[in-house]
Amino acid sequence: MTEPAAPYPLLSVRNLSKHYPLRSWWGGTASVFKAVHDVSFDIRPNETLGLVGESGSGKSTVGRAVTMLNPPTSGHVVFQGADLARLTAREMRGMRRHIQMVFQDPYSALNPRMSAGAYVLEPLLLHAADRSRAELREEVAGLFERVGLDPRFAGRYPHQFSGGQRQRICIARAIALKPRFIVADEPIAALDVSIQAQVVNLLQDLQDELGLSYLFISHDLRMVRYLCHRVAVLWRGGIVELADSETLYRDPRHPYTRRLLAAVPVPDPAAERRRISTIGLAEPAPQGAGHVLTEVAPGHWVAQNADG
Amino acid sequence: MSAPGTTKLLEVRDLAVAFETRGGMIHAVNGVSYALETGETLGIVGESGSGKSVHVLAMLGLIPKPPGRIARGEVVFQGRDLLALPDKALRKVRGGEIGFVFQDPMSSLNPAMTVAAQIVEPLRIHLGLAGAAARRRARELLDLVRIPDAGSRLDQYPHEFSGGQRQRVMIAIAIACKPKLLIADEATTALDVTIQAEIIALVRELKREIGMAIIWITHDLGVVAGIADTVQVMYAGRILERGPVDDIFSDPRSAYTLGLLRSLPDLGVRDVRRLRLQPIEGTPPDMRLPPAGDPFAPRNRYATPRCFLEAPPLSQAPGAAPGHLVAAWYDLPGQLARERPTP
Repeated sequence: MTEPAAPYPLLSVRNLSKHYPLRSWWGGTASVFKAVHDVSFDIRPNETLGLVGESGSGKSTVGRAVTMLNPPTSGHVVFQGADLARLTAREMRGMRRHIQMVFQDPYSALNPRMSAGAYVLEPLLLHAADRSRAELREEVAGLFERVGLDPRFAGRYPHQFSGGQRQRICIARAIALKPRFIVADEPIAALDVSIQAQVVNLLQDLQDELGLSYLFISHDLRMVRYLCHRVAVLWRGGIVELADSETLYRDPRHPYTRRLLAAVPVPDPAAERRRISTIGLAEPAPQGAGHVLTEVAPGHWVAQNADG
Repeated sequence: MSAPGTTKLLEVRDLAVAFETRGGMIHAVNGVSYALETGETLGIVGESGSGKSVHVLAMLGLIPKPPGRIARGEVVFQGRDLLALPDKALRKVRGGEIGFVFQDPMSSLNPAMTVAAQIVEPLRIHLGLAGAAARRRARELLDLVRIPDAGSRLDQYPHEFSGGQRQRVMIAIAIACKPKLLIADEATTALDVTIQAEIIALVRELKREIGMAIIWITHDLGVVAGIADTVQVMYAGRILERGPVDDIFSDPRSAYTLGLLRSLPDLGVRDVRRLRLQPIEGTPPDMRLPPAGDPFAPRNRYATPRCFLEAPPLSQAPGAAPGHLVAAWYDLPGQLARERPTP
């Protein structure tokens, strides 16, 4: 695996916030729920950035905001020099082919009445309608092979595939338009352990071959360390730590990151028994951490408390 | 941790469960036999379709019949065959001597009943407690599962608790009658990793305090590594391997167990990204047509011709620790030694 070559980012997220107004019963805005607040990060070409955090931390909200599926309340999402929030609908449609998403549950992402082949073909029809039917058919067959599916299965429907195969179909559709960037939101969480490794290897191969960048959203801290070049830790809607993954896992600085990493079970009985015997019950969550990031070492950013 | 006793608390003998569906008969559990000792923690590992959950549901009389059907077998708990008990007698065991916790606490709890009412229910049914005594015990139980300020939370409803707290309430209900056996089916799977760590620490402490045996069902080898005395690996409705936890991890004898262990990223090495994950290729068999031989054979590079024809029995693995059983015709350590390059 090569390190990202280009130092300039493919995607720059700056001060991204997503707030939801909470209405009171007579209709006025009672208060604002800050799902994500003031999040900034870059993703470089050919890089995988991991976004980890627990349920409610805002992981998926960030993923949907950077793809404009659910645009941010404020902040900038700059992709290849264009601020996505300022694009017209027409410009955004052109941009969409470069930015794709893969979701947790492939079964609900698929259309039960559409064959796998038609599902993969759909984006090609929208963006490359001038091509002949034979060309398109060949392209779909190539995509099936690329994700490890037999092209003869193109006529089958979602219920005829296993969970891992369905996720491969979703990935085939996501790469159909040769995107530069894919947001993968818990893409392996619904899959069995032995199938997870197949899909992770596929994502890595596609990155090498197509020069993709990923935002890999996951609660699986083991797989994140394996797959991601850099990792951002999200807590209560803000990034509390961001570093290359070796550094983050070896030398976590923020108390929340430490707490999160300490909770990951280790598939080694002696080590795991040692680990859980040191975990306290109902340890309080870290308090009062601000979300202002300070660079404590080159490339290692940590949110500092007001009191340092 | 209390050392496992020597008396058999539970004995499952040749259990087979099938489901009649429009697409044909699904053979979910195909002859599962094992024993659990008093105070022992058994970790059952397997993927979806392995039969790990179905077999405990069948044991507790919780599979809908039809379409479900117990094709054969016995489940002897403290000398009585649970499968032969009338419904009423089985209900006395369930929630009394056997407590259980499932994956999703929100769908297991009744949203329209206060937490106190739900904890008191088993106390009333199984122990005959009522009124102030039952309420006092319910409060003690919430304290025991470390819900802060238990007294004021008794009269709240499930939606007023967080996901981790709901699972604590489920555990409080499960252990209310001091069960001899606690069955937890993917009990921490839906929880955040920090909450999972707290629940596991809690269960380990409760086990010490109450002395119950535990069947902990999960797909997560890391969780099993920390909690289990014995590990049982299930695949396609059968047990492929079973043994003391340290031996299963250090000396796996089933190619499936080895495959599961190898498909996890090895975080012990520096620069883990350079190593490629080794997935188990292929997919599990269609349980409408369970294979005649070893069900893992089609995905197993070490399979011998015999593996495809005849199902291997679960028996002592040669040269392994006593009680380390494997169902395999092939010799995994021998195969692995042959693969290793000679220096």
